[in-house]
Amino acid sequence: MAKLIKSKLNWEGTTFERTSVVGDDEPAVWTANAQLNCVGKSHPRIDGFQRVTGLAKYTFDIQLPGMLYAHVLRSPHPHARIKQIDVSKADKFPGVRAVISSLNEAKIFSNVLQFAGDEVAALAADNDDIAEDAINLIQVEYEILPFNTDAEPYLISGKLQERQIVTSLDGHPKIYRRGNIQKGFQEADVIVEETFRTQSALHNSLETHGAVAFWNGDELTVWESTQSIYHVQRYLAEFFKLPLNKIRVICEYMGGGFGSKQSSGKWSVMAALLAREAGRPVQLMLTREEENLVTGHRAPTIQKLRLGAKNNGTLTAIDLVATINVGANGSMGRAVEGPCQSMYNCPNVQTETHSVFTNTGPHGSFRAPGYVEGAFPLESLMDELAKRLKMDPMEIRMKNYAFTDPATGQKFSAKHLDKCYQKGAEIIGWGQRQSINNKGSILRYGYGMASQTWGGGGGPPAFAWVRLNADGTAEVNLGSQDIGTGVKTVFAQIAAEELELEVDKILVRIGDTAQGPFDPGSGGSMTVASVGPAVRQAAIDARKQLYEVVGGYFEVPADQVRIRKGNVYVLDETKPRMSLQNMIRQLGEFTIIGRGARGANGYGTTVTTFGAQFAEVEVNTITGEVKVQRLVAVHDVGRIMNPIGADGQVAGAIIQGIGYALTEEQVIDQATGIILNPNLEDYVLPTALDVPSIDSNFIDDSDTDANNLGAKGLGEPPIIPTAPAIANAITQAIGIRFLSLPITRAKIFEALQKTGNAGGVFP
Amino acid sequence: MPSTPKKPQLQVNVRGPDKVPVILNVNRRSYTLEIEPRRTLLDALRFDLNMTGSKKVCGMGECGACTVLLDGKAIYSCLTLAIECEGQQILTIEGVSEDNNLDPIQKAFIDEEAFQCGFCTSGQIMSIKALLDANPDPTPEEIRQAVSGNICRCGAYPNIFKAATKAAIACRKQRSAKKNGDKHGETD
Repeated sequence: MAKLIKSKLNWEGTTFERTSVVGDDEPAVWTANAQLNCVGKSHPRIDGFQRVTGLAKYTFDIQLPGMLYAHVLRSPHPHARIKQIDVSKADKFPGVRAVISSLNEAKIFSNVLQFAGDEVAALAADNDDIAEDAINLIQVEYEILPFNTDAEPYLISGKLQERQIVTSLDGHPKIYRRGNIQKGFQEADVIVEETFRTQSALHNSLETHGAVAFWNGDELTVWESTQSIYHVQRYLAEFFKLPLNKIRVICEYMGGGFGSKQSSGKWSVMAALLAREAGRPVQLMLTREEENLVTGHRAPTIQKLRLGAKNNGTLTAIDLVATINVGANGSMGRAVEGPCQSMYNCPNVQTETHSVFTNTGPHGSFRAPGYVEGAFPLESLMDELAKRLKMDPMEIRMKNYAFTDPATGQKFSAKHLDKCYQKGAEIIGWGQRQSINNKGSILRYGYGMASQTWGGGGGPPAFAWVRLNADGTAEVNLGSQDIGTGVKTVFAQIAAEELELEVDKILVRIGDTAQGPFDPGSGGSMTVASVGPAVRQAAIDARKQLYEVVGGYFEVPADQVRIRKGNVYVLDETKPRMSLQNMIRQLGEFTIIGRGARGANGYGTTVTTFGAQFAEVEVNTITGEVKVQRLVAVHDVGRIMNPIGADGQVAGAIIQGIGYALTEEQVIDQATGIILNPNLEDYVLPTALDVPSIDSNFIDDSDTDANNLGAKGLGEPPIIPTAPAIANAITQAIGIRFLSLPITRAKIFEALQKTGNAGGVFP
Repeated sequence: MPSTPKKPQLQVNVRGPDKVPVILNVNRRSYTLEIEPRRTLLDALRFDLNMTGSKKVCGMGECGACTVLLDGKAIYSCLTLAIECEGQQILTIEGVSEDNNLDPIQKAFIDEEAFQCGFCTSGQIMSIKALLDANPDPTPEEIRQAVSGNICRCGAYPNIFKAATKAAIACRKQRSAKKNGDKHGETD
């Protein structure tokens, strides 16, 4: 049933082609009119009981007999060389069972430390308190080296040292060109230009990163709070030079990831090394402070953006120069240029993206990486352009509406962004925008909106196995993780739909490399759209096998067999022959395994998600406080699989977006290179008191080109437009355009002091 | 004429720093633990009693994931020493449901999908339990205040508010049914 194909895949704003094995029995897509019983109806979480009773075991909760607890010693300096390290006092401390450092494990501990928080040594002890006591007994003599934590000098001097610039093309920035940018600006009647800055923002998943490692001879079992158990398995296999069948990685429940747990980290290797040395299981969970220092963040950016347009609002040129501070050991910057390339129809576009190495913690993927950072400048400057041309913000966006994919010229598989604009405007009452009178009042009100584009169509490789048990229940076995989005429930709905069983008859087993097939990882809004279609195929395969055997039993053709709600029907009979449970027993406890593989993506169309958000804010001109009063979201992500879960994703993304817009910022002391707020007190996350009225809406329509479900991803898209929608609303309220995030109370207060009622631009 | 104040008797009861026996009453059962006095209640619950429902997220009283009830009051168990809790009733998420019957708050959390990853959920439920036990008919503002010390990074707040509202109604019904039942019992 398998065949090898080439398929294109859009991963976090970048499209590429890869070879995958897919099923050749691809079922017909569920169209908008498909009659579905489970899919599309709200269903509570199938693992809700475990989560509300405290029974769900997260990596943090794994306790094994004889398990030790580990702590890590980290660099206090942003750039230093270890001159000497002495672990003897820690080693001799009662209760300490293993110590690792560059002295004995040079493969993971370097003597050159690249950022404050870089790993120096680790140890494991009988309990957490002893480990914490002992870690400070390790004595290190550092030679402090010159450092740079800011990408700004790069922009000013034009060039830093060679090694500080990380780029894809031998020291050159990533450049994209469409049309002729000079010609575009020559044709423009009006040009707007600003330099925007976005901050370092942290995921702060409530469960920190970490792992539990356990050796049985040369077999390694690792529990890790991860978005990709298969990625961790490969990483450990490479590090320990072990075959894959000797490494089992488990993540049944995990306490949030938001992109930060997509990549593997040193914690699992350190836990495994300590466990091997001590001959006992080891748990190494990071502290909240470590979580803030080393596990990745949304990279800070500096974006110089220039737009040219005709007097009627038609864009003639978009020019972006972006500098991304990727930190130490950082990978390439994410696609901040994405929105400029693909949001609007513009013939002349140039983007230039520089990734700059600095002595700060490595950046990482964070919910719609790149596009969140890129949407703020573009959507802010589109509003400024509208203002210059005395146009409505919605009007200028519709004027430049991309009916085909501007980056490739291909048609979109489905695009209902226009409907998102209309519906959102209607719900929030966009027309009232003109009649707001803020003159002389302390509390001022404003409306703002912004748009979003992001992939999310999914793609191969992704696999699923469905097993029918002798009692008529079914199990879906996957290598996926449920990072909190509720995909487990969606998979149960899909299997229930095809097996014609109730959702509660389906058990979904995830998060164990020993039980489920390869999974591409829970990121990029890919899980429902990649793994979901494979689950459907596997359920159909299981059903087919069952029908064939049942047909043989009753001596009727397989296509004359039906199973409905756990009962077996044949021919046109309205009375069931027997229950499915009985049937399987009659078949001699025959266990059926259905297999599914995600089908290939088609060529010729672009599969993308769209959406628009509208914000209403109140700004207190005395305190600078912003209250987001209402947020209306309308997203176009194909079929909605589970409405209650979908609304939850939108609300959650918006609340994170509010934090990004108004309060969240990692602060680095430029003089020492030390992070000043690595905790949940000073890094200000939204609380229950910051939540506005959120109105989540969808253009619920099957995208028949996307995959056999007609559904696209939803985890990331709704965080993209939130911050620019709020920023635009603030600008309407007080007449000041803020060029940097977050727009804190202090910033608003200072801007009002400086500009008074004159308005203007504030850096 | 005021009497001369008695010299206060300073009762010094030094225990530790090594492990000492500590008796804790958790979820209606008594446990004797051998722990260092510096052990926090959260660590004692998690490490010594294997009750891992209360979560350690910040360890500094900033997030509320470790919330438990101490004599009915919601507290941060990461900021409380286990030894300080002797003689008091500790209620954790593991003790909220009795005989496998979910508490109305837990049921409402499932129905309203008042969680995503679930890591803050125990704390949220305990904060709401403390609220509803003390105030069976809270206003929306009181509900928000009650969970304002419980961070949910997934942003399930709107559904948490809905669940708390729904649970309040269910709890009131349960109470009045119990009350009526009791009265009935008395007259019989």
